[in-house]
Amino acid sequence: MAAHLKKRVYEEFTKVVQQQQEEIATKKLRLTKPSKSAALHIDLCKATSPADALQYLLQFARKPVEAESVEGVVRILLEHYYKENDPSVRLKIASLLGLLSKTAGFSPDCIMDDAINILQNEKSHQVLAQLLDTLLAIGTKLPENQAIQSRLVDVACKHLTDTSHGVRNKCLQLLGNLGSLEKSVTKDAEGLTARDVQKIIGDYFSDQDPRVRTAAIKAMLQLHERGLKLHQAIYNQACKLLADDYEQVRSAAVQLIWVISQLYPESIVPIPSSNEEIRLVDDAFGKICHMVSDGSWVVRVQAAKLLGSMEQVSSHFLEQTLDKKLMSDLRRKRTAHERAKELYSSGEFSSGRKWGDDAPKEEIDTGAVNLIESGACGAFVHGLEDEMYEVRIAAVEALCMLAQSSPSFAEKCLDFLVDMFNDEIEEVRLQSIHTMRKISNNITLREDQLDTVLAVLEDSSRDIREALHELLCCTNVSTKEGIHLALVELLKNLSKYPTDRDSIWKCLKYLGSRHPTLVLPLVPELLSIHPFFDTAEPDMDDPAYIAVLVLIFNAAKTCPTMPALFSDHTFRHYAYLRDSLSHLVPALRLPGRKLVSSSVSPNITPHEDPSQQFLQQSLERVYSLQHLDPQGAQELLEFTIRDLQRLGELQSELAGVADFSATYLRCQLLLIKALQEKLWNVAAPLYLKQSDLASAAAKQIMEETYKMEFMYSGVENKQVVIIHHMRLQAKALQLIVTARTTRGVDPLFEMCEKFLQEVDFFQRCFIADLPHLQDSFVDKLLDLMPRLMTSKPAEVVKILQTMLRQSTFLHLPLPEQIHKASATIIEPAGESDNPLRFTSGLVVALDVDATLEHVQDPQSTVKVQVLYPDGQAQMIHPKPADFRNPGPGRYRLITQVYLSHTAWTEPCQVEVRLLLAYNSNARIPKSPWIEGGEGSPQVETSIEGTIPFSKPVKVYIMPKPARR
Amino acid sequence: MLDCGMHMGFNDDRRFPDFSYITQNGRLTDFLDCVIISHFHLDHCGALPYFSEMVGYDGPIYMTHPTQAICPILLEDYRKIAVDKKGEANFFTSQMIKDCMKKVVAVHLHQTVQVDDELEIKAYYAGHVLGAAMFQIKVGSESVVYTGDYNMTPDRHLGAAWIDRCRPNLLITESTYATTIRDSKRCRERDFLKKVHETVERGGKVLIPVFALGRAQELCILLETFWERMNLKVPIYFSTGLTEKANHYYKLFITWTNQKIRKTFVQRNMFEFKHIKAFDRAFADNPGPMVVFATPGMLHAGQSLQIFRKWAGNEKNMVIMPGYCVQGTVGHKILSGQRKLEMEGRQVLEVKMQVEYMSFSAHADAKGIMQLVGQAEPENVLLVHGEAKKMEFLRQKIEQEFRVSCYMPANGETVTLPTSPNIPVGISLGLLKREMAQGLLPETKKPRLLHGTLIMKDSNLRLVSSEQALKELGLAEHQLRFTCRVHLQDTRKEQETALRVYSHLKSTLKDHCVQHLPDGSVTVESILIQAAAHSEDPGTKVLLVSWTYQDEELGSFLTALLKKGLPQAPS
Repeated sequence: MAAHLKKRVYEEFTKVVQQQQEEIATKKLRLTKPSKSAALHIDLCKATSPADALQYLLQFARKPVEAESVEGVVRILLEHYYKENDPSVRLKIASLLGLLSKTAGFSPDCIMDDAINILQNEKSHQVLAQLLDTLLAIGTKLPENQAIQSRLVDVACKHLTDTSHGVRNKCLQLLGNLGSLEKSVTKDAEGLTARDVQKIIGDYFSDQDPRVRTAAIKAMLQLHERGLKLHQAIYNQACKLLADDYEQVRSAAVQLIWVISQLYPESIVPIPSSNEEIRLVDDAFGKICHMVSDGSWVVRVQAAKLLGSMEQVSSHFLEQTLDKKLMSDLRRKRTAHERAKELYSSGEFSSGRKWGDDAPKEEIDTGAVNLIESGACGAFVHGLEDEMYEVRIAAVEALCMLAQSSPSFAEKCLDFLVDMFNDEIEEVRLQSIHTMRKISNNITLREDQLDTVLAVLEDSSRDIREALHELLCCTNVSTKEGIHLALVELLKNLSKYPTDRDSIWKCLKYLGSRHPTLVLPLVPELLSIHPFFDTAEPDMDDPAYIAVLVLIFNAAKTCPTMPALFSDHTFRHYAYLRDSLSHLVPALRLPGRKLVSSSVSPNITPHEDPSQQFLQQSLERVYSLQHLDPQGAQELLEFTIRDLQRLGELQSELAGVADFSATYLRCQLLLIKALQEKLWNVAAPLYLKQSDLASAAAKQIMEETYKMEFMYSGVENKQVVIIHHMRLQAKALQLIVTARTTRGVDPLFEMCEKFLQEVDFFQRCFIADLPHLQDSFVDKLLDLMPRLMTSKPAEVVKILQTMLRQSTFLHLPLPEQIHKASATIIEPAGESDNPLRFTSGLVVALDVDATLEHVQDPQSTVKVQVLYPDGQAQMIHPKPADFRNPGPGRYRLITQVYLSHTAWTEPCQVEVRLLLAYNSNARIPKSPWIEGGEGSPQVETSIEGTIPFSKPVKVYIMPKPARR
Repeated sequence: MLDCGMHMGFNDDRRFPDFSYITQNGRLTDFLDCVIISHFHLDHCGALPYFSEMVGYDGPIYMTHPTQAICPILLEDYRKIAVDKKGEANFFTSQMIKDCMKKVVAVHLHQTVQVDDELEIKAYYAGHVLGAAMFQIKVGSESVVYTGDYNMTPDRHLGAAWIDRCRPNLLITESTYATTIRDSKRCRERDFLKKVHETVERGGKVLIPVFALGRAQELCILLETFWERMNLKVPIYFSTGLTEKANHYYKLFITWTNQKIRKTFVQRNMFEFKHIKAFDRAFADNPGPMVVFATPGMLHAGQSLQIFRKWAGNEKNMVIMPGYCVQGTVGHKILSGQRKLEMEGRQVLEVKMQVEYMSFSAHADAKGIMQLVGQAEPENVLLVHGEAKKMEFLRQKIEQEFRVSCYMPANGETVTLPTSPNIPVGISLGLLKREMAQGLLPETKKPRLLHGTLIMKDSNLRLVSSEQALKELGLAEHQLRFTCRVHLQDTRKEQETALRVYSHLKSTLKDHCVQHLPDGSVTVESILIQAAAHSEDPGTKVLLVSWTYQDEELGSFLTALLKKGLPQAPS
């Protein structure tokens, strides 16, 4: 048998070599590259010791193998496998076989027989495990082939009895990935061969090795993931595993129980030691709840997470999770939550606590107390109090998910969530605030709860405060005192942290519009209106006063009686705020006044169409341009650009499109202008100044095209082609200008070469789009490419020049959704007159806070630039963790920038701005050869250039000389 | 010996344990292999210098590193109060404390320490106070876990107690809160912070009487982080002395604290308080709000009482009692609502300030105790450190829930526990492999029958195959054969009978090797069956079945089978 095999291997090997010889004959290029398999063969034959062979194999594994030569390589590897005595080399070969069979485009069924064969003769457990892994790779590569699958499953079953845990592990993995249930159904008639994979795997739930037990559960989960329906009988087996000694087993078992509970939620299981029966999902819920107080935190996190997704559980079980029967010396005690509620409902609000206020009440029957509940009792109470914050976060998340599906539970868990606002870890606090926001539709805050919530407003962390503002935006408050309390606390917050201004105003806007009737009785007090006396007019610039007005005006929108209470200056202030803060102050129907802004009121939608039309029309007008004379064209372009810019300002929805098209038109305008310069007609040296103009234009076009490519989100390939085309034209222009102004041929030669490379590159990248570029610059250029390649630089320049003049203006198709990236630096505000003093040579940290909009992948593209007065510029790469993502398309950058400089004589301003880094090479499709290789992905972090996209902010600094 | 504490309530000989219980007469060192101290509270370590220096003990004393560091400070403080203030004679001296501490061996968490050839101990984290540990004590396969005091819910500076599933023979657990299930500590913390915050916002002063170690640090951390979070500027003071030293050790033993402190310590050590400063006597008269931690905790003497007297008259101020107060102390009086206090010198102090009580205790409650028992899975549980009546309830619960026996001995009572120790037996590899090969699936964790010979030689047990045992002991093997006659009604010849027997057995015993020998006998494995005519009755054939002792199972099965008779021949 072995001899026969060997012969076959040799046959195949020689065949492969022949094929290569044929190849060599036909394709000359391949001559330089020696065949992979042959080289490997030579290497392996040279190897004198196992260590040598291992080295060769390791080296070989670093390079990828093309799909065509995989088979040859496999044959050679197998041949060496048979000869090899050293298990480590065999192990490596086995692993290489697995890797190779994963190669795209290679069908591994041909090596399966060999793999199974060598498996049968192998003695080393490690190699066996590796071989099974290889078979797994083969099996997953061929999911359709039933015969192979069943054969592999047979192999796996045979090796399940191996003494090594590694082998058993792999067998179970194989079964999980390939075993199917259908077989036992379809082949039932044949009887003998029918096997139940689940039964086989289930037997290994009681293996002696915890790793094998884990693997068995994982395999079962894998079966589930592949769509097989697990038997309900497994539930009982899995429940036993919950008491396993090893955490990974318990953790996997929790998962399995969860899966089964989702599959059979309604089936009935008996409660041990009693005659009662409950739904399976409830039983599973109780069991998972119990695991929330497990000894290992990994299991606790797992359990807490899964609890959240068990929505079918009955409500009384759910509510038990928040219930922990308190007792003191065997007498029933009420929890602080219950006491607070009672105090509140009795009308007395949070009195000081007395000694013995929590004195226990009634006696408890000792028999009735159940200290370890098998049920869900207090699971969340434990989870939220856990030592590890990972568990607490998981518990909060689970609480959130359950509360979203059950309003009554939401009401109950409120107290606990509010408590979490005081957690010691900020992440947990933040998470619980977000959770609360998500369930806020289902709840109304009691006053004492609101009190606790509002106390967090003084938190020094900005994230927490802003999250809380967002929470307040969508909470329901029950009383007018609540609203008053909220307002007072928000104003306190405002005076303590003035930077929160915008967020607080926004919060009050929603608070007002949600609770108009509660605000109404507060109006006289808030505006300090006196029935008889006119009170002093408050300062209009006071942010706190504006905050109050925002609350009132938004409430007045749906409460028509309110404006009657306003005094004269309030109306004046309304008019002012309506203009200056129109996004916060709604239009009101004021008695005796015209509706100030009825025209801009809600229905803007019909207005959209005309402006869209206008945009389309003006663009079409421009695209018919080539027929006009240059002078007219220029004027038309100029007007259209002006129109578009104005349109962008007026219609924020169209700003992106308008800006984008305007930029493109500007490029074209610059190109036309440059081409009309007189310098083209005169001898070059005389018109140096003019050529300056043209080269400046070329430069500007380049910049604009980079902006177009990288500053807008939603740019599609169609547009990218046009942009690149424009850039190519700019490069051509640059070449021409340089040709006319420089003497000597050598530099020109290089430039020409480079330009032609660019053209070639353009052609390669956008080959699919070339048909759309009929009659364009590049179209013509490519026609003449063979001629250009051979001609001299001077000639090339001449051709280019004529072509530039002849080329038509390409139509820029508008993308569906386009937004311009923008950034606003909130901090530093740049208003301070006090310089930031620090000792020269040391650093000072400057807090930078900015909002970014429509930036793609800001973590890698957004940089901070600091410009010193001496012209020195410094670029800072913010950490990925400095970016927060508060909403789709929006980012928040909060980072610290370190400044340093040598000593100055007097304070001076540095400029801080945000840059968008780009790298146009990133668009080049990678060659498949590199993709196929494992590891060593080339890190393409290089920055080609940057675009400033925020207004610079000036910061006053003063580096002092160090004192000796 | 586990822990060496003292009784706080007595000032005479009863305050230290009576060590003659251990020895009757003779040196303690001969009776004790080692002493284990679970944590630094005086009721767990207070008698240590007395025990080692005055009674006399020279063996090792094991404790964790933080306990080793903080314990002498507390002992010294205690000695000062007893000797210098109360003027007691016959008390241990500073030098004795030092000498005693020289005998201490420090252990790390989860480090297995070999005390002597047999005894090994291992420490587990217990929460409660800094450096508190539970100890597993192991001799051979038998082990005891002693918990000391522990806390199953984490607090602001310490984590929760944790033990692996070590399945000790006995778990000795404290049961201070045997009948209590506590509320979430978050409410307590929130109330505490809210009260302090409100008072200082009003411009009032807050007095928090504490004992120097333990809860004081937790409350400091709580206030410190709150101040940090809320950006408050109101000063917090801590009365000096003992605490400063102790705080220093808290800073050093970061690994013993909770997750939050351990994680943030790279940026900042949480015990390096930013907002909490040392208190000076003169500060009490400063205007404006402040928060002061002052010792002692029950307002019975010292600085806390002084400050209390100064501030009691102002209703803006507040005193928060974070723990239990013994009857008779000022603390107890004001907590029970007394508003007029008689101080020494007949003067009357009117208390206008607000009085608050807030319990911050770090013992496991009933649920916590059950949780620990569940984690460790002991065979027996023994309750200590609690009141008999309450322990009785917990004992019932433990017996009911875990079905293990639970004891609660009174002082001086002895408990005897039956254990079933494992006896290790060496088995020869050959035998093991042979047996493994015979079994089908490796049925795990289930007892399995094995044939072999047990050799006991100088307290050393070995299991070997019988051949090897014979060889080793130089004995000849005896053959033990059973023979049995089975009468069959068969008129045919012997040979034919044998043939029928052969075909019958062949068809029934499929997986055994059945052979028909040329001499007319039939063999099944090594069992011989011969057919002979009955000497008197020719119609009856006698089957002679003979098997060795090793084949007893098959042999008896065969005879039973043959006794049922042969099936009727088809002919």
